[in-house]
This record gives sequence, structure tokens and C-alpha cells, in this order.
Amino acid sequence: MNATARMSLAMMPPGQAGTVVAILAGSGLTARLDAVGIRPGVRLVKTSGLPFGGPVTVGVGNVQLALGRGMAAKILLEIEPETRGEQP
Amino acid sequence: MKVFLAGNPNVGKSAVFNRLTGLNVIVSNYPGTTVEIARGTMRIAGRRAEVVDLPGTYTLEPTCKAEEVAVHVLAQAQDTDVILNIVDSTNLERNLGLTLQLLKRRSPMVVALNLWDKARHTGVQINDALLQEILGVPCVPVVALTGEGVKTLAEHLARPKVSSYEFEDARRWETVGAILQKVQHLSHRHHSLLERLGDASLRPFTGGLIALLVLGLSLAAVNVIGEGLIQCVIEPIFAKAWTPLMLRLSAHLEGGFLHDLLIGKLDHGNISYGESFGLLTTGLFVPFGVVLPYVFAFYLVLSFLEDSGYLPRLAVLFDRFMHAVGLHGMGAIPMLLGLGCNVPGALAARTLESGKERFICITLMAITVPCMAQIAMIVGLAGRCGVGALTAIFGTLFMVWLLLGLLLKRMIRGESPELLQDIPPYRIPYLRGLAKKVWTRLVSFTLEAVPFVFVGVLLVNLLYTVGLVRVIGRVLSPVIVGLLGLPPEAAAALVVGFLRKDVAVGMLAPLHLSPGQTVVACVVLALSFPCVATCAVMIRELGISGTLKAAAIMLTTSMVVGGLLNLTLRIIL
Repeated sequence: MNATARMSLAMMPPGQAGTVVAILAGSGLTARLDAVGIRPGVRLVKTSGLPFGGPVTVGVGNVQLALGRGMAAKILLEIEPETRGEQP
Repeated sequence: MKVFLAGNPNVGKSAVFNRLTGLNVIVSNYPGTTVEIARGTMRIAGRRAEVVDLPGTYTLEPTCKAEEVAVHVLAQAQDTDVILNIVDSTNLERNLGLTLQLLKRRSPMVVALNLWDKARHTGVQINDALLQEILGVPCVPVVALTGEGVKTLAEHLARPKVSSYEFEDARRWETVGAILQKVQHLSHRHHSLLERLGDASLRPFTGGLIALLVLGLSLAAVNVIGEGLIQCVIEPIFAKAWTPLMLRLSAHLEGGFLHDLLIGKLDHGNISYGESFGLLTTGLFVPFGVVLPYVFAFYLVLSFLEDSGYLPRLAVLFDRFMHAVGLHGMGAIPMLLGLGCNVPGALAARTLESGKERFICITLMAITVPCMAQIAMIVGLAGRCGVGALTAIFGTLFMVWLLLGLLLKRMIRGESPELLQDIPPYRIPYLRGLAKKVWTRLVSFTLEAVPFVFVGVLLVNLLYTVGLVRVIGRVLSPVIVGLLGLPPEAAAALVVGFLRKDVAVGMLAPLHLSPGQTVVACVVLALSFPCVATCAVMIRELGISGTLKAAAIMLTTSMVVGGLLNLTLRIIL
């Protein structure tokens, strides 16, 4: 697997971890995500994704967050290939 | 002198507030419990100080109405006031972001490192002395739920410090990172059972199963506890102790106006708590005999769910579904609170970001979500017609909720933002805190509802004595009789419903309606005007024009649904 594979948080399978490389959103959403701890350089572990375009949940440090699928699609991550199946 | 409690959502500000002031504001394990500012007092070094509990905020640049409130009030702090920054020790990194912003205000400040015990258990070690040295303000470890460290905290409030800590605004998070490097040590640990359960309740399949189980158990618990209390405790008390007393009073009064007012009409020389409609008979039986047991059962279950941390998980699971009515998952929480009483439900809508969401949430709730007082009365009245009648009533209300929501989502202009929500870890509810919370809610129900029930029963008596019931019935008869197929006397119930919905449902009992009429009457009463208390909150939250708009939607909905239901039931039955 490519060690520098990039993917949005929405696309990333549950159980996978990655590091945020970019937030592809306007200043408002970027600020809101920043406030809850999601910003470039931060490591995220996706814990689940609800079906039918439902929200995704991620572990950020010690915190669990839920965010809408649209927001998750705007968070670009660099995937850690070896973390598949890891618990947060 | 004032003490302002500031901090991220769900770090235990209200728990600290209760500890400092001895008051009992509602504390829960989910972000956004506090939407209004709570004020209390404490003594600091012998002097009286006002303590102000603020809604939680992640930053000083607000993103929703509750955060706006917090930031606005904080901006009014004087130089002599103290900012008490409550911090979640298990999650120092994110919390310190706000702490640094607060330090820059150069106000006298104290930091409380809450959830200290939990941090220890989860392998987070914090050097509080070093943190205090770096930040230049007192940093006090506390466990607000149990009260540990609160005394020391109170002592430090007497000598807060103004920080001189310098950092670049743009490099705030890097600064936080650098501080953490020095003061925090993380050690490895295994996942606890609660954490595993926490993960399972968020996955699509297991989460759905757990949600079904939790909701089913909750409903069963409310029903069993409420019904059990009524049958085993309340009814025997009324039958064995109160009825003989009332019969003696009745004999003593020998009829007349006072008799009608206090005792009401006797049914073959007996008191009927459902139909007599005296202040001391029906007036007491409605709030204490029917409603209170259910309200108690509901708040017991709700408080347990709140404290455990399950509610935000439910919000995540229902997020996709709630988007159908223009809300995100957290919009389910005001609805759930509304099932207890619409007033706190409407207030809880403040955590929603956009005006569109708040309008939809409050309007939908006020129209289609019956409060527990009303539900208890409906169960008592329509339950006699069988489970079918209850299913028809609550099924119709749910359908209206969904259809009206679909419509409002398209009609109302504005944003429907997406979910962005902290999911707190599960906590085993702290029993003393839980008991206190249920008690607080029961006391406030009794103080707020019982006087209104009395006024309602009084009004019913007046309407009948003066003959206004017939007048209202005649005026509204095209609607009541023609459209809804109800007897003209039912019109008075709609009028009283504005005061108290439970009394209004009670007024239907003496009319001896057919099962079909009972269903129509209960649904129309539930859908039409919310009680005065809810109206007052609606005006505050939506403004006059917003409330008028909601009222127009409400009237249309109740008439259309009532008419259609009447027609359908006539065809079926």
C-alpha cells in the first residue's frame, strides 16, 4: 500500500487512522473544527460511519467527536497504512 | 464581586457551580445542558460574591446562541471580578485553548482542573504545580461531582492572579502543545468495558440494537413505575384517606356554590376524581394522582440517560433521520426534553446553531410533542378505550411530526447545519447527584404546575357556572361539531387547554365520548395551542412574529389533522 495515500475522512474506512493534511472548507467551518481540535497535523482515528450518508465518529486524542458526512468529506487525511483495525 | 464560571462544554461547570453555591442547577453528561445563565452566591474570605454559571464554549468567537450568551456575559466582567476557568483534566489539550484566550483578558483568574480522579484512572498525569507556574494563575485539582478539592478551590478564589503569560494568537495551539509537553504525562492503559460499550453504541448495527433496547426499556420503565405508583400508592391514599374526608366535608357543606367549587358534582353520592371537578377533588387528583407519578417516572429515566452519557450517542444514531425534518441529531434532545415539559425543551433548542433549526425545533415540539402531564391524562382517558385508541393518538402525533417537519424544512428559509458534536465517555451515574436532580425537577414541576392546575379547575367551574361553556360551544360549533364531530361542550376544553393541557384532557372525561371522538379530541388538544408557559418561552426564543407564525401553522395543522382524523375514523369505525 502507498504510505502517503490521501483520503477524506468520509471515505476512510472505520478503524483506520490518519493525520489531517488539509481542511478544504471556508474560514467559518475551519474555525469550528479548529475549536474542537481538528486541524492540520492532528491524528484522527475513525471509529464508525453511519449508513445512508449519516455522520461519522472519530477519536481525536482523548475525545470522541461526531461530525456530519459533508464536513467529513472536507477533511483530507494522510492515511497510516498499518493502523487498519486499530481501536482508538 | 462576581465569579464567572467559564469553560468548554461538558467539563462540569454546573457541577462546580452547585458545589460553590449549594444550589441545584441541572447537571448532565452531555454538552449543552446549561443554556441559561444561572446565578448564585457564595462567601469568599467572608465577603458575599455572586457566582455566574455560563453555557460552555470552545472559543471566545461564538458559533451558536448558547456560546454567544457565554461570551457576551463574560465581556461584561469588571476588573474586580474573577474568572473561574473549569478545565477537563482528561482532555487538557483542547481545554487549554480557551484557557489561553481567557488569560489574555488579564482578569483575575483561577483554573479548576476538574475530573481529576478520572484523569488519574485513564493514565493522564498532570503536574499541576508546574502548570500553575507556567500560566501564572492558581491551578486547583477538583472532583466536582464528589466535592473533592472544592474547599481548596474556594480558598484560592479569595486570591486569584492576573496572568502575564505571553503567546502569539496565531500560534495558540502550538503553545498549548508546548505546555502539555512539560506538564502532562500519558501512560498506556487498557480499554475499559464502558469504552467498548461506548464504541459499540455508535456502530450502525450494534448501535441500532442498543438504541432499540434502551428506548424500549425506558418506555417500559416509565410505564411500569408510573402505573405502579398510581395503583399501589396514590390511588389507595386517595380512596382510603382522602375520600372519607371529602365526603364529610361534602355533607358539612350541604351543596351550594362552595360545595361545587371545592368538591364538585357527586356521582350517586360518591366522589369521582375524574369527573367531579372540584378544587379539592379533581384539582388535587390531576396533578398528584395522575400526572406526578408519570412525571417522576419520566424524569428518573431521563436523568439516568442524561448522566450516563447516552443521549449524544442517540443523537448520532438519529442524525440522518432528523435531517428529514431539517434538524441534525442534537435536535432530538429538545424533543426528548419536551416529552417531560415543553418549556425546558424549547430552551434546549438554544444549542442549535441556525435560526431555521431553532424555529423548526420549537414549532414542531410545541405542536406535536405532548408533555408528560398531558400524556399521563391521555393514557388515563383513552386507555379505557383500549390500546388501539392510544396507538391511534400517538401514531397520529408522530406522523404529523414527520410530515410537518418535512414541510417546514422546505418552507423555512435558512441553514440546516451538520452535526458537530462531542461524545462524552459513558459515566456510571452518581446516585446522589441523580436523586438531587430528579428532586429538583419534581419540586419545580409541583411549584409551577399545581397553581396552574388549580386556576384551570377554577376556570372550568366558572365557565360552567356562568354558562360560558354553552356560549363558547355555540360559537365554535361549526368547527367542534361540524369539522371534528365532537359535542359542543368540548370547545371549553380547547380554551382551558391554553392554561393547562392536563386539565383540558380531564375535562373530556365527563363528556363520555365515543372511542373515535376520544381519539380526535386528544389529538386536537395535543396539536392546538401549547400552554401559557410554553407560549411565554416561545415568544422569548422566537420573538412575537416567529410565535405568530408558529401559531398559524399550529391552528392550520390541528384543524386539518382533526378534520381528516374525524373523517377517517367515521369511515373505519
